[in-house]
Amino acid sequence: MAQTQVPVAPHGGSPAPHPPQAWKWYDYFTFNIDHKVIGIQYLVFSFFAYLVGGLMAVALRTELLTPDPDFIDPTLYNAFLTNHGTIMIFFWVVPAAIGGFGNYLVPLMIGARDMAFPRLNALAFWLNPPAAALLVASFFYGGAQSGWTAYPPLSLITAKTAQSMWVLAIVLVGTSSILGALNFIVTLLKMRVPSQRWDQLPLFCWAMFATSALALVSTPVLAVGLGLLLFDLNFGTSFFKPDAGGNVIIYQHLFWFYSHPAVYLMILPIFGIMSEVIPVHARKPIFGYKAIAYSSLAICLVGLFVWVHHMFTSGTPPWMRMFFTVSTLIVAVPTGVKIFGWVATLWGGKIRYTSAMLFAVGLLAMFVLGGISGVTLGTAPVDIHVHDTYYVVAHFHYVLFGGSVFGLFAGIYHWFPKITGRMVNEPLGKLHFVMTFIGANLTFLPMHELGLQGMPRRVALYDPQFVDLNRLCTYGAYLLALSTVPFMINMVWSWIAGPKASGNPWNALTLEWTTASPPLIENWEVLPVVTHGPYDYGMLDYTNGRPYTEPAEQEA
Amino acid sequence: MQQVPVSLLTLVAGVLVTLVSLWVGQATPLFPEQASEQAPLVDNFFRLMLTIGTALFIMVEGAIVIFMVKFRQKPGDETDGEPLEGNLSLEAFWTLVPAIIVIILGVYSVQVYTEMGGFAPGGLPEMAHHHTHPAPTVEMVAHQEGAGMSAMPPQAKYGIGANPSERGPADLTVSVSGMQYAWIFNYPDGIISGELHVPVGKRVQLNISALDVIHSFWVPQFRLKQDAIPGQPTELFFVATRVGDYPVVCAELCGAYHGGMRTRAVVHTEEDFERWVSENRIAQAPPDSEGLAIHLH
Repeated sequence: MAQTQVPVAPHGGSPAPHPPQAWKWYDYFTFNIDHKVIGIQYLVFSFFAYLVGGLMAVALRTELLTPDPDFIDPTLYNAFLTNHGTIMIFFWVVPAAIGGFGNYLVPLMIGARDMAFPRLNALAFWLNPPAAALLVASFFYGGAQSGWTAYPPLSLITAKTAQSMWVLAIVLVGTSSILGALNFIVTLLKMRVPSQRWDQLPLFCWAMFATSALALVSTPVLAVGLGLLLFDLNFGTSFFKPDAGGNVIIYQHLFWFYSHPAVYLMILPIFGIMSEVIPVHARKPIFGYKAIAYSSLAICLVGLFVWVHHMFTSGTPPWMRMFFTVSTLIVAVPTGVKIFGWVATLWGGKIRYTSAMLFAVGLLAMFVLGGISGVTLGTAPVDIHVHDTYYVVAHFHYVLFGGSVFGLFAGIYHWFPKITGRMVNEPLGKLHFVMTFIGANLTFLPMHELGLQGMPRRVALYDPQFVDLNRLCTYGAYLLALSTVPFMINMVWSWIAGPKASGNPWNALTLEWTTASPPLIENWEVLPVVTHGPYDYGMLDYTNGRPYTEPAEQEA
Repeated sequence: MQQVPVSLLTLVAGVLVTLVSLWVGQATPLFPEQASEQAPLVDNFFRLMLTIGTALFIMVEGAIVIFMVKFRQKPGDETDGEPLEGNLSLEAFWTLVPAIIVIILGVYSVQVYTEMGGFAPGGLPEMAHHHTHPAPTVEMVAHQEGAGMSAMPPQAKYGIGANPSERGPADLTVSVSGMQYAWIFNYPDGIISGELHVPVGKRVQLNISALDVIHSFWVPQFRLKQDAIPGQPTELFFVATRVGDYPVVCAELCGAYHGGMRTRAVVHTEEDFERWVSENRIAQAPPDSEGLAIHLH
């Protein structure tokens, strides 16, 4: 068994004529076609969006300190709740997970010099800033106020200009998502270094493949639904106007046919990040590589046939309620396979308590609860009681905050040395984790009871009997807001003045760690040769040194 | 991993997890009171899932915590863990067991849903006018035409109907209209109310519609919710089982004052309900009639 990664391949494709040695800071603000630049652009851009969406959540929670609508105007409250959801989904989790980590890591993990279509890739990113600008501008017209779901007829009669801008913004990021998905699929199929077999593909790449396939199938349907909504809003059509023969339920089908798979778009890449972070920091092979790889595909397939569970109390015939109850429950099986696989990976490991690992294990802990509450929600009899209540809010924050956001932070701490060439400050990272973990549970755990007891979601005023639990949630939200402070200090400070990172500071086995930190502009001088699996921890002989040594680390 | 120790400790842990799960599932105070025939069905189903979920939760979280403590890196140990890449029987176990659980839950949910009346919206017999119930009061005649201003198509395709084991007409049919930001209840005999009043133990059918945007009619104590959809009639069918005063909550975002779209669902004894009906019929009669004198409010 080869113990080291010997770069023996000849020059694989001659590099572009005279690329610069390294990117300057201003290159990150240009139409740059390097996948690493684009990945960083996505990550930084989406983090700022996260801050904006988070501040909106703080305003919402402050309003809910008291049962009366006494903090902000109710229309602004609805604009905030609409854009909080929109931003967190379309401008934070999706672009950070898919655009950010996907673009940065996929070529590096498969031994490619870039994505298959670099210009398309840059174009996909640059669709995002104008979309964000549209959302910001929509606030001058009151902001869209019909929830991120934008159900007609409410969306057709409330703040119409802002709603139109919202639709255009979502269509722009949706287009970006489709272009990105196409790029990932072609890259993964065609650009792998020849020595990499499919069973040596890192699980993050499997997850990106499943995610991209799902995005490619479902996103156009959302674009259709929103396009028809735009016509109804501006051009006098009546697809969704019941008094003119339209049908409001059709919109819900079009919307959820995309937007349920969208939750898998938001979690599959995160699952991929989990499968990378846990083995490295537990020093163990991933438990059940094939099961985890194929369960991504299974989730992707079954995930296309569950969307009606968002419509159990809507205009949904009985047989459909039952069909989609069963299909929804089935998704729990492949998801469980992943969870159990990660827990089993911990068994017998030598677990490093790094910030990345803490966030990954925190995700496990949170996601288990979100998954269980998801099973209860997936059954029509219970959903008829708790649909559109805080129980749902609790559930999707456990899977989207406890899942996706924890996973994004795990990924950021894990790949920060690779991306910046510097180490993060671990004590600050741990402080960030503790605050986030306590804050998230304090915010979202009491919401289960609120929903079961009878508090609907998306309300600015509520029954005074719920005031105590709401206070608790709000204090948790404040703690969450504060938790970003040590994170931001850590990021800025470590990026500027953190200790220099070697090419492979975690002694990890995937290909991105075979190049320098930060990687060269075309990723490698000489393309690497894959000689072992991505998770062969404990199987390699380290007596002659670490599995990968950094080839070009001497530059300052 | 090959020799899982089936020690006394494991056994005790297993028994403890079972007991705690059963206790959490049965004793949970998470619900509001039960006030409809459907409520215990929903609650029992939820309690079953809560029991299974608690057991799963304790086992997985327990495993995470134990593994994190037991297998933490010892100071100075820079080696890797033992290379276990998988275990087919273990993986088959945790694929099949959840699969069996969700299949059981799926089948059970179909049964609960059937008992709730989920398969019978619009399923009331067309010829529902001969009453077999002893002495129905005039107000309770099912499906009176001209019930208020909103002309409702009689057959709703969507919603929750009657339990299939007790076919028959509703004792009371009320037309419910949602609008920004109020519910309007149209009773037979032209009574229009902003609150829902029903008699306990009677079969009540709500024909639900919306005048502007989508609303959602929810009484948490009944565990029933149904969207009011512009252009598409829906229905809810229930038997209230407990006298009381319950909130009616709008559960679908319907505009700026969505949170304020609340009213009451009052479940009366039969006598109280009849009194409420007669008072309102008199109160809402044209002003030239005798009703003016005994206006109560």
